[in-house]
Amino acid sequence: MQNNVLDYIEESLKRVPDKIAYADDEVELSFARVKEIMDGVGTGLIERGLNREPVVVFMKKSPNTIATFFGVINAGCYYVPIDSEMPATRINLILDNCKPKVIICDQSTMEIGKGFDYQGDIVLFDDIASTKANHERLAAVRAKAIDTDPIYIVFTSGSTGVPKGVVACHRSVIDYIEQLSDTLGFDENTIFGNQTPLYFDACLKELYPTLKFGATTYLIPHSYFMFPVKLVEYINEHKINTVCWVVSALTMISAFNTFDTVKPETLRTIAFGSEVFPIKQFRLWRQACPEAKFFNLYGPTEGTGMCCYYPVERDFADDEVIPVGFPFKNTEILLLKDDNTLAAQGEQGEICIRGTSVTLGYFNNPEKTSESYVQNPLNHSYPEIIYRTGDMGHINERGELVFHSRKDFQIKHMGHRIELGEIEANVNLVPEIKLSGCIYAKDQGKIILFYVGDIGEGDLIKALKTKLPRYMLPNKVIKLEEMPFTANGKIDRVTLSKMY
Amino acid sequence: MEELIAILNDLHPEVDFATEKNLVVGGILDSFDIVSLISEINEEFDVTISAAELTPENFDSAESIYALIKEKLDDED
Repeated sequence: MQNNVLDYIEESLKRVPDKIAYADDEVELSFARVKEIMDGVGTGLIERGLNREPVVVFMKKSPNTIATFFGVINAGCYYVPIDSEMPATRINLILDNCKPKVIICDQSTMEIGKGFDYQGDIVLFDDIASTKANHERLAAVRAKAIDTDPIYIVFTSGSTGVPKGVVACHRSVIDYIEQLSDTLGFDENTIFGNQTPLYFDACLKELYPTLKFGATTYLIPHSYFMFPVKLVEYINEHKINTVCWVVSALTMISAFNTFDTVKPETLRTIAFGSEVFPIKQFRLWRQACPEAKFFNLYGPTEGTGMCCYYPVERDFADDEVIPVGFPFKNTEILLLKDDNTLAAQGEQGEICIRGTSVTLGYFNNPEKTSESYVQNPLNHSYPEIIYRTGDMGHINERGELVFHSRKDFQIKHMGHRIELGEIEANVNLVPEIKLSGCIYAKDQGKIILFYVGDIGEGDLIKALKTKLPRYMLPNKVIKLEEMPFTANGKIDRVTLSKMY
Repeated sequence: MEELIAILNDLHPEVDFATEKNLVVGGILDSFDIVSLISEINEEFDVTISAAELTPENFDSAESIYALIKEKLDDED
């Protein structure tokens, strides 16, 4: 039985060693080259004495970064991807949480890496990747591997201002890749066009199926997502047939009538998720790509990638919401009401995940882990952990799961999951700020920040840029003389939501 | 031009749009900004910018964005 995600590369290596596995505008890696890097990095880490511990990978988005992830796993360790877009404050919080002995940088990040609040080793990718492979030691590590050992930690927004590191293991990722590939129909002819950053779990969809099938993934340069005609031309030029993108990347194309100028000719599988797809935009896509299959995907990072899928086949009215559908095979969704009993059909409940897809928990954070990774309240007989997503949903008359809303102040913005509390916590760290309140204007898709304090809007944004990643920066900042409060002394978000 | 600068300042109060010439290349505007910008331009000036006009060159400075708007307004006359 396969117990390691790296087993995926063996077949592809035999069959198509020289085929391109991962490529962007600068670097192309064949499967054989991926294997070389993976063995070099793996040996380099083993020789440095690392074993079953986090290794931070701080490199720009590149095929080399992906091969480095595999190298970390090859050493029996787990990768923690961080990105130069992340501000220093956040990176220091992450380093403090996982205390890695080694950070792997590339030429573009080395100088920034040296500025971190960090005592361990900083290693250059070019150096560690060219370590002479020691196949005996790599095999010895592999022989001891267990499928519940971690392979990565990715950090998600935390409401107190401290990001939480979600730890996932081989078994969860293998389960996800098998079910996802089966459902979406990936094979050796699949050519992925990747949009999502490498520092989240969203990129699992491309990274591992590429290894498994000997497929190809193109990492599409970020700037293309501002210029829809160029983006569609890129798809056609590279014969990309499969995309798994956030909704906003797709609607960016359709909303500008790009299809009047150029149509994607090669796309056959279009998966999207993380946000509601406006039906009007969805129709434009379906008209432009009549041969493509469309899938809505849903799932939190804690459930390893995605845990539900919905093949969009029937027609939807303009005001209808596309369901999140059905759990992947080997995953169960429990809809739990406030009294911890199951919701009946049509009744709302909290979406809870049961199965191998549930990740191991938050790294070095037992308190937050025990809040949402809990004993299945329906099982009183033996330990069984389920994950409570905090998302509310119901089962419709067709038996499909439909997402409603959040129980708390978590939002989805441009495909990113954000706690409004984390933004406020960072705003309140700016010395001039007296009070702040953040809301999300769903109709416009804007994060709006209200504050009271002796600082101008421009200076406040400048200060926030050093603390928050770009996607968490408020889109509109409004200075107030006084903050509205509710009767029991909390910031009045209802009033705020009427003030912009 | 003033109206356009006001729209841009609303998006990024920390940037000096009168002098900044690398809005796209310099990574100041992201895709979210571009989407907002186009819809604000549409409201303020009543011009629709098409996908083909969405190029890095047209959006790299306030000046070039304004030139695009003006060109579209002149075309209508």
